[in-house]
Amino acid sequence: MKSFTYERARSTAHAAAAASQPGVKIIAGGTNLLDLMKLQIETPSTLVDINHLPLDKVEETTDGGLRIGALVRNSDLAADLRVRQHYGVLSRALLAGASAQLRNKATTAGNLLQRTRCYYFYDISKPCNKRVPGSGCSALAGFNRIHAILGGSDDCIATHPSDMAVAMRALDAEVETIDREGKTRRIPIAEFHRLPGNTPEVDSTLTPGEIVTAVTLPPPPPGTQVYRKVRDRASYAFAPVSVAAIIDNVRGRVRSARLAFGGLAPKPWRVAAAEQILANTAADARAIDATADAALKGARGFGANDFKIPLTRRTLHGVLGEIART
Amino acid sequence: MNDDQHILPTIEVTRRTVIETGTTALLLGALPHVSVAADAAQGGPCPISAELRVNGHPHKLVLDPRTTLLDALREHLGFTGTKKGCDHGQCGACTVLVEGRRINSCLTLAVMHDGQSVTTIEGLASGEDLHPMQAAFIEYDGFQCGYCTSGQICSAVGMLTESRGGAPSYVTADLTRPAVELSDDEIRERMSGNICRCAAYPNIVAAIKEAAGKMT
Repeated sequence: MKSFTYERARSTAHAAAAASQPGVKIIAGGTNLLDLMKLQIETPSTLVDINHLPLDKVEETTDGGLRIGALVRNSDLAADLRVRQHYGVLSRALLAGASAQLRNKATTAGNLLQRTRCYYFYDISKPCNKRVPGSGCSALAGFNRIHAILGGSDDCIATHPSDMAVAMRALDAEVETIDREGKTRRIPIAEFHRLPGNTPEVDSTLTPGEIVTAVTLPPPPPGTQVYRKVRDRASYAFAPVSVAAIIDNVRGRVRSARLAFGGLAPKPWRVAAAEQILANTAADARAIDATADAALKGARGFGANDFKIPLTRRTLHGVLGEIART
Repeated sequence: MNDDQHILPTIEVTRRTVIETGTTALLLGALPHVSVAADAAQGGPCPISAELRVNGHPHKLVLDPRTTLLDALREHLGFTGTKKGCDHGQCGACTVLVEGRRINSCLTLAVMHDGQSVTTIEGLASGEDLHPMQAAFIEYDGFQCGYCTSGQICSAVGMLTESRGGAPSYVTADLTRPAVELSDDEIRERMSGNICRCAAYPNIVAAIKEAAGKMT
């Protein structure tokens, strides 16, 4: 690990002002950042510790939703009874991620801002446009089993590894931020993570110095909530494919559907057209196939990740079948 | 060769010297202050003061901010019961309890825990009386080589606190129920952050189940 200066943030404004300086990184849980620093993928000159800031509460909002502080630990959020009762898809997605030890440390904002687990991003001996802009992408013609089939570019096909963000995408969460001037804004989760294009080194739409203070959830949507994660081992592994589904069934017909996919793209993937196709059907096999066609429109495999296309289709059948039986 | 190696004492450390005298712990405890000074002289990072309460006793430390909690425990304070496995949060060998919650001590900086309490494997027993989880691991042979064991035991102790507090897991069928029954599947899922290269898993699950019953 490269040397750095360590400071404790005195306030959110102080943290944002500090974070706008080059070489400065904010540290909260640290479970991803320190890992990357040990490998010298991240080499900050200063770390600003925000663990003592009062951003660790889950509060009810006046409109019947929830406001989740940036520092709420993943395990605390997953165990919050309000989340378990009204946002089950979020609780289940959090519990599907990492290990209990990591969830006890990892924070809401840190989970959103974690970097890809692309093998080549992690291997500093290999070209990677996300790590070293302009150096090339080793995954395009390399081993790309965990890589994107949607939303990638000629410069990067890395996926976003979060489970939590996939559930938040289905729930239409908003990310609250504050910038170095103390200005706050709310970013719809759909616009928080960005596609790589020709600047894959930039993961999110945060401006320099802008830090996440909370994530808000609108009132719970009607319907059954499911998070299904398909992975190589039963626990403690990233998802080649995951689905967050919120389906409102009335007398055997789908009144409304929300479907967000993880493991497929550089950000949680949601296609409005696919949800509209499923709505007003009985979610029979034909309707699910048409829904999958729309969700996977433009999907492209790069060899080792070709399997994700049929796996997504089958996972969708499994999830919607499970909901139909409940 | 780096500075640390130059100042290492030339003694042969054997398992017996460690067990009989605790010599290694004392020597290692004294070393890092020298290496921090050497770093600072080369324009390295500014050392940071931190106080950790480890197993009930306060310890004042002056640390290179890069020092992980794991390295502070092992190399600065001599609590070598906590093991370094992967050093990347993937194996769980370094699991300790901070303020009663289990975390990977390799993926956090010691200075981030100034003023907090840490429990390591050395702090679980009461004098000569083993903690029920330690006793159960012995009774059920919950290990082979033993390298992951201190992490497994600390993790299991933290896991019982979580499940008794009603925290659900990925395999909990009904998330809305505030209480959790600790089935074998629940134990396996909740302990998935602790890898055992010898695959002593069936006995680990049995030991945890036994201890969970005794600790009620």
